Amino acid sequence: MREVSANIFPSIVADLVKEANYRLPFGVKRLIVEFSKKESSPLGRYIFKQMLDNIEIAAKKGMPLCQDTGIQEIFVDIGRKVRIKGNLEKAINKGVSKGTKEGYLRASIVKSPLFERVNTKDNTPAVIHYKFISGDKVKITVMPKGFGSENAGDVKMLTPSQGLGGVKDFVLQVVKEKGPNACPPLFVGIGIGGSMSNVTLLAKQALIRPLNKSNSDKKIAKLEKELLQKINRLGIGPQGAGGKITALNVSIEDFPTHIGGLPVCVNLSCYLLRYKRAII
Amino acid sequence: MRTLTTPLTLDKVSRLNSGDIVLITGTIYTARDAAHKKIVEALPPHQNFGCGGVPFDLKNQIIYYAGPTPARKGMPIGSCGPTTSSRMDDYTPTLLKNGLKGMIGKGKRSDEVTKAIKKFKAIYFVAVGGAAALLATKIKKAKVIAYPQLGTEAIYKLEVKDFPVIVAMDSKGKNIFNRKKKG
Repeated sequence: MREVSANIFPSIVADLVKEANYRLPFGVKRLIVEFSKKESSPLGRYIFKQMLDNIEIAAKKGMPLCQDTGIQEIFVDIGRKVRIKGNLEKAINKGVSKGTKEGYLRASIVKSPLFERVNTKDNTPAVIHYKFISGDKVKITVMPKGFGSENAGDVKMLTPSQGLGGVKDFVLQVVKEKGPNACPPLFVGIGIGGSMSNVTLLAKQALIRPLNKSNSDKKIAKLEKELLQKINRLGIGPQGAGGKITALNVSIEDFPTHIGGLPVCVNLSCYLLRYKRAII
Repeated sequence: MRTLTTPLTLDKVSRLNSGDIVLITGTIYTARDAAHKKIVEALPPHQNFGCGGVPFDLKNQIIYYAGPTPARKGMPIGSCGPTTSSRMDDYTPTLLKNGLKGMIGKGKRSDEVTKAIKKFKAIYFVAVGGAAALLATKIKKAKVIAYPQLGTEAIYKLEVKDFPVIVAMDSKGKNIFNRKKKG
């Protein structure tokens, strides 16, 4: 059993929070560049140019890419041969607080969401998901998620008889109605199956799946491609100002479900799909 | 590419058409959800002056829907891009009725706002969402003038130079969102 102290996490998480907010993953930036060349609308091209300039400026100056530095969604994959000594949750939140302050990030989290809505001033608490994996490493991914796009997601409990057509219709309807406000071009994360609670997590996990990988199930991989094509025929375009490029990628994650249901969730991300990973 | 200086006038606004790219120079004010609520409470018919009244004269001004990141030392402001405008839709017609002439945000507006923009001959611009570091370089000065307790949601008076926006809805009622889809 490998022992890892929770004490090392605050500084690791702080760095991940800052980096994720300043610099896009290489694959994300490459995809924006690639798609920007396919846009033919003059306004769309002008918008793409500003997006790419912004990415350069943020990285060069160490400034947040977007003023909405997000809710910190954190995925912790813990190897079964690792024992973590100490309070990991506390250590992660300490890191979020440290990163927010050191990195001049916006404090956007309020407690008592329905009533007082008092700002916690350091973006804590983070939303943390734990999972066990094989091996003796800890994999930690920090994903700052802005609410312009988070608010644009939706979940629906379809019936089995609605099937493939129902899933396609729902995805296209969400993108059509809510996509223009979610800072397109979009990354579309889709969860299918499981229960109402985990289908939403599947959709978010789909967003941070490596961009060069399709779903391992060929039929689902085909559906990802088909939905991307269909979304890019909606004409929403960059920032909703019209154009060919509405989405940059569609990724689907699925899980077995109940005989009586077909849960579907769409989690949209703006073009600034931000995450940073460390392996300890 | 057009240029525009603040404050706005009916003449300046009427010359702009949906889809125009415009560089704005002059004073603009930030306000998001919480500040809108407070401004509207201070206006008729509520006229609740408990919060100190309307913090600036709305007449011919532009409100920018934004909540910036903290400024680093020596910088006027942190990253400062537009937030989703539709969350302000319930408040906007009241503000336009009281003289507000322009808004900068991102995304579509409600039918009520669309009608009010036409009725009061106002204008709605979009800035590129997420281009917050780029837009911050166009902000030369920033000062909190009201509701400091709201933190990032306070009202900032900004001095901007060549701040790039797109006319999303013009004073004639045309907008960039409902165009026919292309190929």
